[in-house]
Amino acid sequence: MKTPVSWIRDYVDLPAGLGTEELAAKLTMLGLKLEGIERAADGITGPLVVGRVLTKQPEPQKNGKTINWCTVDVGDANGTGEPQGIVCGADNFEPGDLVVVVLPGGVLPGDFAISARKTYGHVSAGMICSSRELGIGEDHDGIIVLPADAGEPGASAFGVLGLDEEVIEFEINPDRAYGLSLRGVARDAALGFAAAYHDPADRSVPAANDAGYPVIVDDPDGCPLFVARQVTGFDPAAPTPEWMARRIRLAGMRPISLAVDVTNYVMLELGRPIHGYDADKLTGPLRIRRARTGERLTTLDGTERELSPEDLVVTDDSGIIGLGGVMGGETTEMSETTTSVLVEAAHWDAVSMFRTGRRHKITSEAGKRNERGVDPEITEAAADRVVELLTTYGGGQAGPGVTVVGRPPEQPTITLAADLAARVTGMEIPPDRAVAALRAVGCEVTVDGDRLTAVPPAWRPDLTDPFDLVEEVARVEGYDNVPSVLPPAPPGRGLTRSQALRRRIGRTLAGAGYVEVVSFPFVGVPDLDALGLPEDDERRRVLRLANPLSAEEPAMTTTLLPGLLKAVGRNAGRGHGDVALFETATVTLPREAAGPAPIFGVDRRPDEGELADLDKALPEQPLHLALVVAGEREPAGWWGPGRAAGWSDAIGAVRDVAQALGLELIVRSGNRAPWHPGRCAELLVGGVVVGHAGELHPKVCRAFGVPARTAAAEVHLDRLLEHAVDVVPGPVFSSFPLAKEDVALVVDDGVPAADVEAALREGAGELLESIRLFDVYTGEQVAPGRKSLAFALRFRAPDRTLTDEETAAAREAAVALAAERTGAVQRS
Amino acid sequence: MSGPNTDYDPVEVTPLKAEEVEAMREAAFAAIAAASDLEELKQVRTEHTGDRSPLALANREIRALPPQARKEAGQRVGQARGAVSKALAARQVVLEAEHEERMLVEEAVDVTLPTARTPRGARHPLTTGAELIADIFVAMGWEVAEGPLVEAEWLNFDALNLGPDHPARTMQDTFWTEPPENHLVLRTHTSPVQARTMLTRRPPIYVVCPGRVFRTDEYDATHSPMFHQVEGLVVDEGITMAHLKGSLDHFATAMFGEGITTRFRPSYFPFTEPSAEVDLVCFVCRGREPDVATCRTCRGEGWIEWGGCGVVNPRVLVACGVDPERYTGFAFGMGIDRTLMFRHGIGDLRGFFEGDVRFTTAFGTEI
Ligand SMILES: [Zn+2]
Repeated sequence: MKTPVSWIRDYVDLPAGLGTEELAAKLTMLGLKLEGIERAADGITGPLVVGRVLTKQPEPQKNGKTINWCTVDVGDANGTGEPQGIVCGADNFEPGDLVVVVLPGGVLPGDFAISARKTYGHVSAGMICSSRELGIGEDHDGIIVLPADAGEPGASAFGVLGLDEEVIEFEINPDRAYGLSLRGVARDAALGFAAAYHDPADRSVPAANDAGYPVIVDDPDGCPLFVARQVTGFDPAAPTPEWMARRIRLAGMRPISLAVDVTNYVMLELGRPIHGYDADKLTGPLRIRRARTGERLTTLDGTERELSPEDLVVTDDSGIIGLGGVMGGETTEMSETTTSVLVEAAHWDAVSMFRTGRRHKITSEAGKRNERGVDPEITEAAADRVVELLTTYGGGQAGPGVTVVGRPPEQPTITLAADLAARVTGMEIPPDRAVAALRAVGCEVTVDGDRLTAVPPAWRPDLTDPFDLVEEVARVEGYDNVPSVLPPAPPGRGLTRSQALRRRIGRTLAGAGYVEVVSFPFVGVPDLDALGLPEDDERRRVLRLANPLSAEEPAMTTTLLPGLLKAVGRNAGRGHGDVALFETATVTLPREAAGPAPIFGVDRRPDEGELADLDKALPEQPLHLALVVAGEREPAGWWGPGRAAGWSDAIGAVRDVAQALGLELIVRSGNRAPWHPGRCAELLVGGVVVGHAGELHPKVCRAFGVPARTAAAEVHLDRLLEHAVDVVPGPVFSSFPLAKEDVALVVDDGVPAADVEAALREGAGELLESIRLFDVYTGEQVAPGRKSLAFALRFRAPDRTLTDEETAAAREAAVALAAERTGAVQRS
Repeated sequence: MSGPNTDYDPVEVTPLKAEEVEAMREAAFAAIAAASDLEELKQVRTEHTGDRSPLALANREIRALPPQARKEAGQRVGQARGAVSKALAARQVVLEAEHEERMLVEEAVDVTLPTARTPRGARHPLTTGAELIADIFVAMGWEVAEGPLVEAEWLNFDALNLGPDHPARTMQDTFWTEPPENHLVLRTHTSPVQARTMLTRRPPIYVVCPGRVFRTDEYDATHSPMFHQVEGLVVDEGITMAHLKGSLDHFATAMFGEGITTRFRPSYFPFTEPSAEVDLVCFVCRGREPDVATCRTCRGEGWIEWGGCGVVNPRVLVACGVDPERYTGFAFGMGIDRTLMFRHGIGDLRGFFEGDVRFTTAFGTEI
């Protein structure tokens, strides 16, 4: 809402020396938020004067353009009193018109310095200005032609154009609809500076009578009050007075014609949108009702609209002529021939206004006000003000008829404890001050012991609850006066186990060289195709968005890998192909046959069963951890050659995470997209598959444009966290001597080392302290298709020194079980 | 006396000759002194104290001497051997020290060579930023609450007093899932976590809720379809706006430094009443002249818009099963991304979401 300061001052006796910044700051602290202060004159320095065009000589040019060589009377402003010769490219003026002239020495916005210069064979001593050149409008239609009464030639044009005006732009919150009018802004200014306020809606209006235009309201809920007035003998050619046009411009709207400008001016002044009909185009009484299914209307923006039974419409005998309160229709629109105007000032149901505006995607200045709530009690005054302005500036007479159908809705009565504001704000506000504050914002307050009864003013439809009144008291008392006190929180339990462990996981991976990534959770089918997921893969069951931002990623992802692989691709594209990335985030897994989520009332808490139904309607959203490692894991350096990232890095990183959680991670051979079928590990914890890791399928690397042999892992983090060791038992270890034994076992290539190790471990029994695979050999020393695995076994007893015989027996037992389970043969 | 026995002839046996023992000793001393490194000294040790060294041989002869001669000879040879051993040990110490000195010089390396064999990892600043914020509140006894990203419409809107006609509920602002009749949205704020907390816990409630939220904003330098919020919720007996102010002042000071506090401006949010915008004293210029005039962080305002807050609307308490006669509450919320942008002077929001390792590693593992 753009509010010229001079217009605010019309209604409130502000201190004379009050600065605009100070005024804006005060209003901001009262809830009208300062967006910015505009000074129209910014960027313009004089001489900028009123001129009268004396002669206008069209001169066609070779380039096809026609310029006008003009002489302009600028009074004594040029120091000589002689007419000023000026070349002008526009043609929307005639000799005798008053125009705006910038003389040599002046500067226009954009540091455009004006000097006498030779052009088109003349010396043009200045410029006749358009709104755009002055930075006060976007009008391309030519230069500004001032009203005949704008001023004498040579007079400063700053005042005439409102360039000396300061305009405060406010952001108006939905609860402060009154701020969408000068009347409302001025009221808060009066409140802020304890200044006298003159309500522009405070005017005597003619009483309703039966002589007015007939109006029937079929839906008084939708339109509780409808006022109609008529002006006849109106001169459609009458110009808008410059002061009114200027204010409309300063408020950010465009002057159009007197009739339209008057309705807009009154809307800005009082906040009440007004609709004007060409009365000669109306046939029969106006009727206000809801539309019927299938009815259509062409609104005055030229759009034909199919109406809904919820839309409020205005009809006459010809049919529907307007969407009530939102936009008029084409057939009864005022035009340049309108001489008889029917003025409509109506109070509409705000919710209907909002729904209709939203349904038809209409945003208008009128709709904006009607849907937030307008003061219903000024409806007659607004209509009367329109009539006054139309007759004053457009000739014609006010018709004798005054149609008033319905009445303003009743204001609610709100009771509250007298100390509620003090209790809620923490400020010391004695009841009498609370009462004074409520009265200051316009409430009628009665005091009954420790309870207050307040009737909010009609311009505050947002005040319905006791806490709404608390806010009013607080803003009058001043939000700055709220003390700062820490609340007495009871002892907390710190982070949950899961929260603490997730931090630990992040630190573990960062310590291992992985960089965390935060991706959008959106995915597209092409991404899932690029992962090579089979048709029946459960990760293809995605939850789609009804209104995705991007058609390429229209669904919630079921896997974190696409996001990470795209990040690897981006890094590679920027010259960082050697990266290790990780992300922890939830994925979205739709439930089979999930029904809609219930919508409960808000007058009570839903019961446990209802809440359970709600949660069942949500998709599963388990927390995943994924990581990707690409390029060189270790660079070549002075220490020797580098090491390429590979399948073992991805598995190793998950092992690191498992170790950080105190978990035993079982790794076994797996086969799952998007991994290389021969280099994919299935990862288990507590007998449950928790994820996969390994080298990506070469096709996947190509599809995502990531380096060949990029490795990745994705695990179901919630499952890992469930199994995380809560309390680590203190270790007991023996200080008796260690016995070391190495064994080399030859097995078929296809036998997993983990199986051999598990058999050795089990066979060795309790004396085994640790086992470690330290070599894998294939080659001449073993048969083709076989491999040799060398394990270091360490034995120790808790209570004695092991004898050679005991150690040998344990070792033999280990080898025997490995032979039995895996066909291992001891290598001699 | 018995007959002569050459084997035991005291006269002919060397040890008895003092000058010869002396010579052996001197020879050993000379050799020890001449040894220039530990290797040579080792050889000298073998030559002059080994089994075949003259003094060792002489010592072996002592057994053959007549008892009366053994003592003197034994003393002489023993003293000589002792002296040689001592000299060797002394020389050993000297040479070892010299050796070490030399090694220290010879083993010098270029310590400026690069040492990083694995690239450095990092945690995301949005993660560590959220942790920093959580820790500030956890230190006050609050707890950290979490909830799902795909959320029920009722929890995201209705329960928070955003009625069916609230503008935020349109497709213009909110992501809806297919089919829209299922009433699921991508949460537009972390407030449904507050609602869930009230629905599942009894007051006193002191929680902070950080997390991802979604709006249908086109992606540019200051807008993103996904961003991060942290909200706080307190529900207890006797809670006032003053407690809200105290909590936010503490938060601001902990996050931005001593003297950085907040101010409230009246505002409007459906879930709070009274509502306020929270501004933060500019932590760069502190709103002080003359710095404020040229301050780029607050653009000359002296204040930075930080977030929204207010007293929990009693309608929200009712919908979430909290008795509004007994309890009051406050809530606040701000963008984590935005907070980090001005705290760290990050110009483009997209940096958080591109996964460029240069962005993230700049922040390390803690923020
Ligand atoms: Zn600053």
